[in-house]
Amino acid sequence: MELIIMQLALFVLSLFLGVELITKVPPTLHTPLMSGTNAISGITLVGAVLAAGAGEASTLVHALGFIAVTMATLNVIGGYLVTNRMLAMFKRRD
Amino acid sequence: MSGSFVDIVYLAAAVLFVLGIKGLTRPKTAVRGNLMSATGMLLAVVITLFDRDIISFEYIIAGMLTGGIIGGLMATRVQMTSMPQMVALLNGCGGGASLGLAAASYLLAMEGAGYSGDLMGTLAVVFVMITVLIGAVTLSGSVVAFAKLQELISGQPIGFVGMKFLNAALFAGALASLIMLTLNPGNTALFWGLIAIAMVLGLTLVLPIGGADMPVVIALLNSYSGIAAAAAGFILGNTVLIVTGSLVGASGLILTNIMCVAMNRSLTNVLFGVMAEGSDAIDADEVYGGKVKSAQAEEVAMILETARRVVIVPGFGLAMAQAQHAVRELADVMEARGIEVEYAIHPVAGRMPGHMNVLLAEAEVPYDKMVEMDQINPTFEQTDVAIVIGANDVTNPMAREDKGSPIYGMPILNVDKANTVVVIKRSMSPGFAGLPNPLFAADNCLMVFGDGKKAVIDITANLDLA
Repeated sequence: MELIIMQLALFVLSLFLGVELITKVPPTLHTPLMSGTNAISGITLVGAVLAAGAGEASTLVHALGFIAVTMATLNVIGGYLVTNRMLAMFKRRD
Repeated sequence: MSGSFVDIVYLAAAVLFVLGIKGLTRPKTAVRGNLMSATGMLLAVVITLFDRDIISFEYIIAGMLTGGIIGGLMATRVQMTSMPQMVALLNGCGGGASLGLAAASYLLAMEGAGYSGDLMGTLAVVFVMITVLIGAVTLSGSVVAFAKLQELISGQPIGFVGMKFLNAALFAGALASLIMLTLNPGNTALFWGLIAIAMVLGLTLVLPIGGADMPVVIALLNSYSGIAAAAAGFILGNTVLIVTGSLVGASGLILTNIMCVAMNRSLTNVLFGVMAEGSDAIDADEVYGGKVKSAQAEEVAMILETARRVVIVPGFGLAMAQAQHAVRELADVMEARGIEVEYAIHPVAGRMPGHMNVLLAEAEVPYDKMVEMDQINPTFEQTDVAIVIGANDVTNPMAREDKGSPIYGMPILNVDKANTVVVIKRSMSPGFAGLPNPLFAADNCLMVFGDGKKAVIDITANLDLA
């Protein structure tokens, strides 16, 4: 129970941090912000690899793990690359 | 490798994510921020791969290759005009990944406990169900949003009168399954039922929302995908997932709010497809009644010749006509003549938050020339010429003046305050709101009818000769 309270606290504090941070992002960068946050939400990959790589598990679990790994990797790779592509366009004329 | 070392690496990754988003607060530091964030991701993933519980690598490698190749191809090939579709797909994948992860963790626990459900604590089961619910809604909702944006299905609201009640029933069904599964986690049939209900709910929630409201939907689904990731973090007791998920959730909520304010709609109105209703129908002929003046490129060029300050107002029509580069060339010619040129960006000018800025940046328009609505509005009175290209509703003065109009109260760009307004448009057809625009009939307004790109090129050529 102690642990869950700690985790909830972490969740709530991160929400506040998120609000503080994101409100400072200028509207010009809102599209890269969305693709960039999609990339970091690909962090589910760290959970997905544990499911996909579990030793004693049914094919169904492995298949679900595979789907999760695929989608999370798509988010990570696609998200960071496309964000970088957009941000590079903003930088060009400095 | 010890657990606490892994946790330290996760903490470092979370810090890098936060610094990455902080980098996005300025265009100059943004690329570096994105790289820091990517480094954090690499660290977190690599350290996880050393986990002792990972026995077989074939599914992991297969998944990473599949996702990596698809993601890489999409990211490098996607057109900037199609960015909303890309983000819709990424949102969907975020939801799908959380859904897959939660379902796999749940089934793994059930298998280990011989389907009796003892291996998983009650709280973990609750979080599995929450993750599954939000993840599935995000996945199927994003697919619908993608299909609407890609015009695979009609952008018009799709649904029937009692749709609200169906959604309420589905939501109640999902909640009931969630509670029953918490009491009896071993009921795997009901678990699949919950996933099915949530998938249908995602469809029925997004189908009735019209194309014009898609920016809100994408931002909201972005938020959902973050919350699903955070919920998945609670299942696994993984702090980096919790922190990251809530950051993304907060980001999506803020953007959703910005879009709603810019369209003068409440979130409930958007979600349940309620359009504000005008007191009486407005007759287009009455508004325009022979007062609309049309002009040719030469006349516009002559007006620009003597201008000192010009503001360009781009709408999505500009992107549809692929006119961004032509517009930037016009701006270059004007600047060469000593005219001050700025771009006025309405928050919903594109099809998602910040979309128009990306489209202009692609045409090498410097970001400091793109000015937000609140900053540029007071300057229109000192502006000689405002050039409106492919924008309509966001310049409609009815939003400011006509209390009976459906768009009354929506923040608009006050282009009508400029000395001369040049509107480049295909025809007199209305925008998304379906309203006539009194701006077109104003004394200081000139209409240039035709293809946006061609019209801009003609004006540039004439100005170049002058």
